[in-house]
Amino acid sequence: MAGITGKDVVLTDYAKKLETLDAPKGRSLTQDALRRLFANKAALVSIFLLTGLVLIAFFGPYFLPWSYDAVDWSNIRKPPNFEAGHYFGTDQNGRDLLARAMQGTQMSIIVAVVATFVSVVIGVVYGAASGYFGGRVDAVMMRFVDIMYALPYILFVIILVVIFGRSPVLLFVGIGAIEWLTMARIVRGQTLSLKEREFVEAARAGGARPFTIIMRHIVPNLTGPVVIYATLTIPEIIITESFLSYLGLGVQEPQTSLGTLISNGSQVAEAMPWLLIFPAIILVTMLLCLTYLGDGLRDALDPKDR
Amino acid sequence: MLNYTFRRLLTAIPVAFIAITVCFFILRLAPGGPFDGERALPAEILRNLRAHYSLDQPLIVQYWMYVSSLLQGDFGPSMVIQDFTVSELLAIGLPFSLMLGFTAFVLATGIGIIAGMVAAVRQNQWPDYVLVLTVMLGIIIPNFLMANLLQLAFGVYLDWFPAGGFVNGSIHHLVLPITVLAWPHAARVSRLMRGSMIEVLGTNYVRTAKSKGIGERLVLVRHAIKPALIPVVSYLGPGLSYLLTGSLVVEQIFSLPGIGKYFITAALNRDYGLVLGTTVLYMGIIIALNLLVDLVYAWLDPKVRYR
Repeated sequence: MAGITGKDVVLTDYAKKLETLDAPKGRSLTQDALRRLFANKAALVSIFLLTGLVLIAFFGPYFLPWSYDAVDWSNIRKPPNFEAGHYFGTDQNGRDLLARAMQGTQMSIIVAVVATFVSVVIGVVYGAASGYFGGRVDAVMMRFVDIMYALPYILFVIILVVIFGRSPVLLFVGIGAIEWLTMARIVRGQTLSLKEREFVEAARAGGARPFTIIMRHIVPNLTGPVVIYATLTIPEIIITESFLSYLGLGVQEPQTSLGTLISNGSQVAEAMPWLLIFPAIILVTMLLCLTYLGDGLRDALDPKDR
Repeated sequence: MLNYTFRRLLTAIPVAFIAITVCFFILRLAPGGPFDGERALPAEILRNLRAHYSLDQPLIVQYWMYVSSLLQGDFGPSMVIQDFTVSELLAIGLPFSLMLGFTAFVLATGIGIIAGMVAAVRQNQWPDYVLVLTVMLGIIIPNFLMANLLQLAFGVYLDWFPAGGFVNGSIHHLVLPITVLAWPHAARVSRLMRGSMIEVLGTNYVRTAKSKGIGERLVLVRHAIKPALIPVVSYLGPGLSYLLTGSLVVEQIFSLPGIGKYFITAALNRDYGLVLGTTVLYMGIIIALNLLVDLVYAWLDPKVRYR
């Protein structure tokens, strides 16, 4: 029977050709996104600056003769002085500002990362559950988010900090526990469209339980918006943390954070401006880089939005 | 329209109620109390004090008492600043805070809209670049840092404006605080306005209007502004909420006589009445203003009307 139309011959030829063919390599979505990200100069510079800042903040202290709480009795209230080894000057207690700035940056980064993680976990699970179950569950869950939105944000943070006391760990959790609202909304919106897709239907037909579907099929597809939003959450949390520290509610002495440094510096800015200026420069650089990086990631991961 | 307004109003009431409940219980479940001082009070005095403020009642009874007196417009007594009721303290501080917040809000929204429009029309020319830089600075620098830097630059080095304090009726003292409050808001508004304006200017109906030969300015005023305002209006609600709460901090930094000073110390001293009163009042204002924004939104965007 074979050979009436010559179909087999044609197909065999084609299969052979495919085997020997030097097939064009496909680019994965991630590669595509990375290429777009690296084409963005502002984002690239931000990545370098941020990496530098993080490395200096975490490893710099090992190369300094002063620790952040060591007092240099011969240099108190001194402006930046290279001979004495106080590159950023010293504060009222004779502590080296560079060492303190490194420790403060460290603290701000740790707070931001942990709090962002908390807010991402809560926001993604909550939003995905709300969007997936839909109907009345969705209505109730989202109404709760609306109510949380109506609470004045700063007042709520202050109340939370007062409740949880001044332990840094609880500070992370407290801030993260407030920041998840927007994340939940974004995730819910995405989930609403994702759950109508065929692969979710297939999983449901295959008998997967709702929780499995959410964790295995929906959450991985949310990576783009979640990464973008998380990058934009980090600067927000750094601001919140430094704001709380500024009010004296955050990180406590002798440990410090950028907010604490700025707060202490602002009180003596007239006489010792370096105590305000240096932490301010670090904070603004960090926030600027994170914002540009977030914008770059958005352009890279979500080309529709440009 | 009236129907829509009425329905929005009805949904705002349970939201406000639940928010009050959440605040009340969170605050009460916190450790510590308003009468914890450096030195512990004698047990009898403490008992009398607690009985005076009904703190010895079960929590649910206290909650019931608070809500029922709130419905009658009574915020109760302040527990730390003695001899004052919360209403009296709010009456002292709040008008100033609201005045500050609203002035900044109106100024910033106006400036933001105009700047965004100019940048959109002159896209990729120098006004656009100046705006992008100003916007970035406004969004990036947190308000307390901005306040300190402006104080240092204009209050100390240049000595143009006072670095803090307030003399009744003096606009001079308000320039720096209002700048600090208004800058980030104006920045966000102008960014939204620029984006949406660019989009609107690319639509078919604007091209049609231009091709009819009416001048560019008339096209802007008659056809482009209203649709371009939609995203801006949807930001105004949250924006105003940020501004009003942000003014608490700015007041503290510039030592202005608003409610900010009381609120922060009250939270630290567990002055339940004052913290709760301020929060409830701000929440009420924010919910009311969100309602207003929704109504403006419905007026601007025919698609959401009467839903």
